[in-house]
Amino acid sequence: MNQNYSNTKATLAIAKASFRAILRSPSAVVFTLAFPLIFIVVFANIGGGGVSVDVGVAKGCDTAGRFYQQLKSRKLVNLITDQSTEEMNKNLAKGQLDAILDLKPLVPMQPLQVNVQYSKASGKGEILKSILNNMFYYVQSAELAKIQSYSPLKIPEAVHLTETTVTGRAYKYIDFILPGQLGFSILSSGVFGTAFVFLSLRLTLVIKRFFATPVKRYSIVLGEALARMIFSLLGALFIILVGHYLFGFTLIHGVTTVLNMLVLSAFGLIIFMGFGFIISGIAKNEGTVPPLSNIITMPQFLLSGTFFSVTAFPKWLQYVSNALPLTHLNNAMRLVAFEGAGLGDVTHQLFILLIWLVIVYAVAVKTFKWE
Amino acid sequence: MHFYAMAKQPIITVKNLVKNYGDFAAVKGISFEVYEGEIFGLLGPNGAGKTTTLEVIETLREKTSGEITVDGFNIETDKNSIKQRIGVQLQAAGYYPNLNLAELIELFSGLYGIDKSPMEMLEKVALTDKAKAKYKDLSGGQKQRFSIATTLINNPRIIFLDEPTTGLDPQARRNLWDLIREIRDQGTTVVITTHYMDEAEVLCDRVAFVDGGHIIGIDTPDHFIDQLVASGFERKKEVKLANLEDVFINLTGKEWREG
Repeated sequence: MNQNYSNTKATLAIAKASFRAILRSPSAVVFTLAFPLIFIVVFANIGGGGVSVDVGVAKGCDTAGRFYQQLKSRKLVNLITDQSTEEMNKNLAKGQLDAILDLKPLVPMQPLQVNVQYSKASGKGEILKSILNNMFYYVQSAELAKIQSYSPLKIPEAVHLTETTVTGRAYKYIDFILPGQLGFSILSSGVFGTAFVFLSLRLTLVIKRFFATPVKRYSIVLGEALARMIFSLLGALFIILVGHYLFGFTLIHGVTTVLNMLVLSAFGLIIFMGFGFIISGIAKNEGTVPPLSNIITMPQFLLSGTFFSVTAFPKWLQYVSNALPLTHLNNAMRLVAFEGAGLGDVTHQLFILLIWLVIVYAVAVKTFKWE
Repeated sequence: MHFYAMAKQPIITVKNLVKNYGDFAAVKGISFEVYEGEIFGLLGPNGAGKTTTLEVIETLREKTSGEITVDGFNIETDKNSIKQRIGVQLQAAGYYPNLNLAELIELFSGLYGIDKSPMEMLEKVALTDKAKAKYKDLSGGQKQRFSIATTLINNPRIIFLDEPTTGLDPQARRNLWDLIREIRDQGTTVVITTHYMDEAEVLCDRVAFVDGGHIIGIDTPDHFIDQLVASGFERKKEVKLANLEDVFINLTGKEWREG
């Protein structure tokens, strides 16, 4: 019989047991690691170069000329040469092709004949239109310059175009999608994981059996939280490293950025675990945990800028988005990761998260059940 | 001769225990003593208040009124000292999911704040070969033996077993009786509930009958039987020298099976 009973020892024993159990639970691993990574792989590959215009090249098109070669070098244009005329017409009508291009061979002293067919079924024809116009501008300017060199008569320039490109960080979709997926991973681990664990420990009388030992209540909560924290942060670190080394996710200040992201993850997890505590208290059985958890996670998953920026939503929906905690976690995460902000620069987001923390735990304390 | 027969020192004292759940009175003022080193049986039909009484003594439920002392500690002021001195097996309690037996013992050692080798504990209940197995994959008898192992981790003075043999086959039941007697012989007091009177008769040193929230008799099984016989009671059927369970054991063998 131990007179100097150690709460730390009991807390750590629960943390160790819980961590082992989490590692062996397929759903925890799937939600925290597999899903976010699948989304990252899918969206990193879709996102990559942004938009491209699919242009069918008509039979008999002059593909040897300089104009065609220039067009080919444009990254936005995807020239398709392996479809029959019939296929191309069908695909254009369906919008699977954005345009069909036919360049006539250049005849000296004759204007270049360019025939382009666009489709009402595709909105991306406009992109090709402006690319072509941009190229025509240079061709015509060159022609004009040639004429000017023979003529003393000064033709006034209607437009003088000067185009420059500054060097900057390339915007990659992975830089947007990864922080969102990190938020999603923390959200689902915090809400689902916590709700399931505490409900099942209560229903299977594991907690009751614990209460027959000298363990304190706070040791049980703290031990469980510690295990989930370690697991989720390891998961977050794994996602960040995979994103960085395989998909070129930008980490502006390297290790410092990673640490800042982990601090944000930990803060977010504490809030989301609070939702889990609430659900474990109001759920009657394990069957009611998924619907209740989805009520918490789905709106945030869709509206908090996980896949696309909140600014893409109509104004009224943005108000909803801006009320959700995950929105602010995602925003803070992106500022830290991409803009290189420190934790001191995201105090606005942290403050809103803090308000959520207070609300969530005030409710959790009221609804949580031990037995 | 049992240890208990030599020194009748009370280790648990219950005086006028009352437990109400809202309007429902589950326990209506019961008093009894459990002596150090005995196997004490609480017997009675379902809903009699046996489990409630146990759970109040185990510090798992608050009493409505009454006085309880466990190994010299008052239940109101010294819950933690009591928890450190007792081992509890609950009816139908589960164990932490996804852990094997050795890991569960390790967890419980931590909860008691002590270091115990899982193998040493599993050896006491002959489960060392199941150290890597999950609780849910054990047979009924193995589950009960494992539960008893978790009650012994803190070297308790008293262990409480709530219907440990319910649902077990005759061999597993006998095997568990042997284990419980062994624990008693090593000086641990055992408080047990059961529905099986044959079990109480061979296992318990003393029994208390509980019905409708009251204790209606406490004595040794022998005394109860002798009294009944002295009152002129006779079994309707002629008593045979063996019963059907004897036949079962005789036909299927005494050794205990897994599964």
